[in-house]
Amino acid sequence: MNSQTHPIETELLEVSLGPQHPSTHGVFRMNATLDGETIVKLKPVMGYLHRNHEQIGEGITYIASFPFTDRLDYFCAMSNNFGLALAIEKLGGIAVSERGEYLRVIMAELTRLINHTAVTGFLLNDMGAFGTPLLYAFREREKILDLFEAASGSRMMCNYVRPGGVREDVPEAWLERAEKLVDGYPAFLDEFEKLLTENEIIRQRCQHVGILPKELAINASATGPLLRASGVDYDIRKVDGYSIYSRFNFRVPLGTVGDVYDRYYVRILEMRESVKILQQALKEIPTGAAISPKGLAMVKAPRTFRPPKGEAYGRIESPKGELGFYLVSDGTPQPYRYHIRAPSFVNLTILEDMCLGHKVADVIIILGSIDIVMGEVDR
Amino acid sequence: MIGIGVLRGMGVTFKTFLETYPWGRGLLRALRIPTTNGLVTVEYPDVKQQHHERFRYFPFLVYDQTPDNLRCVACKICEQECPPACIHIIGPAKDEQGRPAKAHGRTYPVEFDIDISVCMSCRICVDVCPFDAIEMDNQYELSGFDRFGQMVFNKDKLLKPNDYFQRIKPTEAATVDARLAAKKK
Amino acid sequence: MQELDQVFVNAKGWLLSLFPIGLRPWVSIAVSVGVIAAIAPFIMMYLTWLERKIIARMQNRFGPTRVGVYGLLQPISDGIKMLIKEDIVPRGADPLLHILAPILSLAPAILLFAVMPFGRNMIAADLNVGLLYLFAISSISSYSIFMGGWASRSKFSILGAMRGVAQIISYEVPGVLSVVAVIMITGTLSMVGIVEAQADQWFVFTPWGIVGCLMFFLSGVAEVNRTPFDMPEAESELVGGFHTEYSGMKFALWYMAEFLESFAICAFTTTLFLGGWQGPAVPFWVLGLLLAVIVATGTKLPAPIRSVGAAAMLGAAVLWRTQVIPSWAWFLAKTYALVFVLVWLRGTFPRLRVDQLMGLAWKFFLPLGLVNIVAAGIWWSLRETPWFGWIASAVVLALSAWALVLANKPEPLQPRTYIYAD
Repeated sequence: MNSQTHPIETELLEVSLGPQHPSTHGVFRMNATLDGETIVKLKPVMGYLHRNHEQIGEGITYIASFPFTDRLDYFCAMSNNFGLALAIEKLGGIAVSERGEYLRVIMAELTRLINHTAVTGFLLNDMGAFGTPLLYAFREREKILDLFEAASGSRMMCNYVRPGGVREDVPEAWLERAEKLVDGYPAFLDEFEKLLTENEIIRQRCQHVGILPKELAINASATGPLLRASGVDYDIRKVDGYSIYSRFNFRVPLGTVGDVYDRYYVRILEMRESVKILQQALKEIPTGAAISPKGLAMVKAPRTFRPPKGEAYGRIESPKGELGFYLVSDGTPQPYRYHIRAPSFVNLTILEDMCLGHKVADVIIILGSIDIVMGEVDR
Repeated sequence: MIGIGVLRGMGVTFKTFLETYPWGRGLLRALRIPTTNGLVTVEYPDVKQQHHERFRYFPFLVYDQTPDNLRCVACKICEQECPPACIHIIGPAKDEQGRPAKAHGRTYPVEFDIDISVCMSCRICVDVCPFDAIEMDNQYELSGFDRFGQMVFNKDKLLKPNDYFQRIKPTEAATVDARLAAKKK
Repeated sequence: MQELDQVFVNAKGWLLSLFPIGLRPWVSIAVSVGVIAAIAPFIMMYLTWLERKIIARMQNRFGPTRVGVYGLLQPISDGIKMLIKEDIVPRGADPLLHILAPILSLAPAILLFAVMPFGRNMIAADLNVGLLYLFAISSISSYSIFMGGWASRSKFSILGAMRGVAQIISYEVPGVLSVVAVIMITGTLSMVGIVEAQADQWFVFTPWGIVGCLMFFLSGVAEVNRTPFDMPEAESELVGGFHTEYSGMKFALWYMAEFLESFAICAFTTTLFLGGWQGPAVPFWVLGLLLAVIVATGTKLPAPIRSVGAAAMLGAAVLWRTQVIPSWAWFLAKTYALVFVLVWLRGTFPRLRVDQLMGLAWKFFLPLGLVNIVAAGIWWSLRETPWFGWIASAVVLALSAWALVLANKPEPLQPRTYIYAD
């Protein structure tokens, strides 16, 4: 009739993406309000995978928490172990054996390689590739997992790092195998980049999508590659200099725009730096005991470890960001308080700010580029 | 130039496609392109993956010579330290007078159950055992239909000879045997 | 060699001769329909197998190996699985439309086979409006997708259906425009006529032909919703898009329609631009001989490669010269080569976003399609001096493509910088 004078009446569409959805990386739910295909409101809902990790940790000995930390961020079991070990060492004043320090750094950096390749593959899967980049990433990941299996006996749930060093020394010829793998890794990264970096479709999809401004990233206390892609120079390996990272020569790559593409590429560059650290560490590693005597005593008899009253916060630059373990001791074998600062959880809180105004398809890749693991978000 | 990146990506996948065939690898080699063996799948039920010696799955109890000569003395340290609390021990065994019963000079457990559907293969029980009585097995084909009948392993199911341990983990078994021999002296 | 070429045609003729004259037209129809109805599901089943195999190989995997040799019985076991699965209609859905939609999508996909020239004299119905029929029939799929999405009563389905309709309608325009040039040059809408017009030169070897071929093929990929244009399904975003709520055999029908349509797109690209059932018009056997000589004398190559390569080239040259390869083999070979490209694209690329997809259709393909008609006109009017016409139309196309790229200002052209902090 006189449709010219009245604007077309449209309705907003509320879609619940998740908790069962192919691309939410586990059981995560986003209540999105759509105007056509554009996001006008997005509410993340977490907690579907909550399993009382912290409360359990307060009822068992310090050592017994290690296998549970494997299940936090199940892609980076070694890093998680490392973080808890640092906190316990601070709390109980445990010295670390020299070889143990190197082995821990080697394991943590191998974990970073695993995580960054896999997350890039998953990002491409979220973008709609039929799994090819993901399977290339997993092909390389399996090789590193073989190394983990040889050292710790398990591929994913390693439970390997202990206060004072590592549980047992690596088997014979392990270091040579690791060296061979690390030396071959840049070739794989080149191939991977050939498939992805210059690809116009990927650039179209990723560039200027989900920009995270520097100020917002700092305010929301985002950490890890997410923060560094926004151009903030904050790497705990450099800032804190924990363990023996100050001995190695490496750089911290920073993005300039802070979009999905920068997050992808910063991860690639970080992997190249990790390869450098690994090469140095594998060359310099000394011989000797893999665990200090005090640490070994703790492994053999967890209940004899009664740290003095006090508190400690151990943090590492896990592949996803700052992973912190906060422990309060009351002098008993169990911690009085056990809290985890999970990078995935903190980074996830700014999801809505990055997504507003973008399309549904972008939400998925923004979520993919944050790099979350629900085991860590919900704990 | 727009389009080059797309074509290069297609080149990578096509190279991988060729690498999975012997003739494709031959072709790539003839063209002086470095190749790798493309197929990485292990066809599981037919081919089994070679696991490293340290590969661990669920625990088992070690005995020397005969099954009643088990190393476990029912001290219950592993039960206490097990993070998911999946070990259940009744014992040590008592005789009629209520004194600890002994076999081969050691006390022994009446019941030793491990709920392997709860066990998370962390190896803490092995670390804490003062008698090297419990070790990690590498059997992983254990699925079944009965939660309590098949997934709760009792003493009979858990007991395995030291020979078996020496066979699956020669290096570790050798150090354990050396330690035990030193203790005896 | 004529016998091998016409073996199927002669078989049909023999079959018809068994019937009285009055019945023969009806029997002829029945035979054609019967053959198409029998081979269509077969083609679809082995396309799924082919796709799974090829993509698996691109991903360092084996693909199906369990059922039968090389997993050849896998499609049959999939079919049985689909048949015995529970058929679920969501509560609140429209049951009638829900079941009609997949059927409506499958029917046009099979109807397309009617005008597919599989070989010399091997076409079910040589319509003189064949191309028109092709576009008329293939557009029906947008109805079925919207019907299925709407009837499912699911938000994901609705979003997928909306995208599907927008995409199919948008890509129909460049699809038709790319073919206009072919109609201009050949002056016919009949498939057989178009193939026969390419006896001297496949259209893909002309500037307007290569552009038209790419445009037709890519629009076709978009119309059948395959990666990188699989917006309506968009597994990572919309779960399954319009077929989220389908299960069992109805789901299989959607897939059957998709695969048959993608086969049809490859077949029609072959027909319209790649010379259909004809072997290469260029004297390729000369090229084969030349290659044989080059390979045999190439000192850099290892000896076995040299001898095998030379023998293969020589064999190919002889085959070409004597023309033993039947027409239907040419057609199927070209079509399956395009199917491989289709699968290859799927194995390599992520998908575009919905607005970028529309932008590609309206801002790039549509103007380029119009320019392409002009280029074809230039090529035709300068046909007396073929090389000049070739260069003139190529220049026109290249310039306008370059101008279109610049006018669209694609962001990927801007370089990125990364800083290192110590």
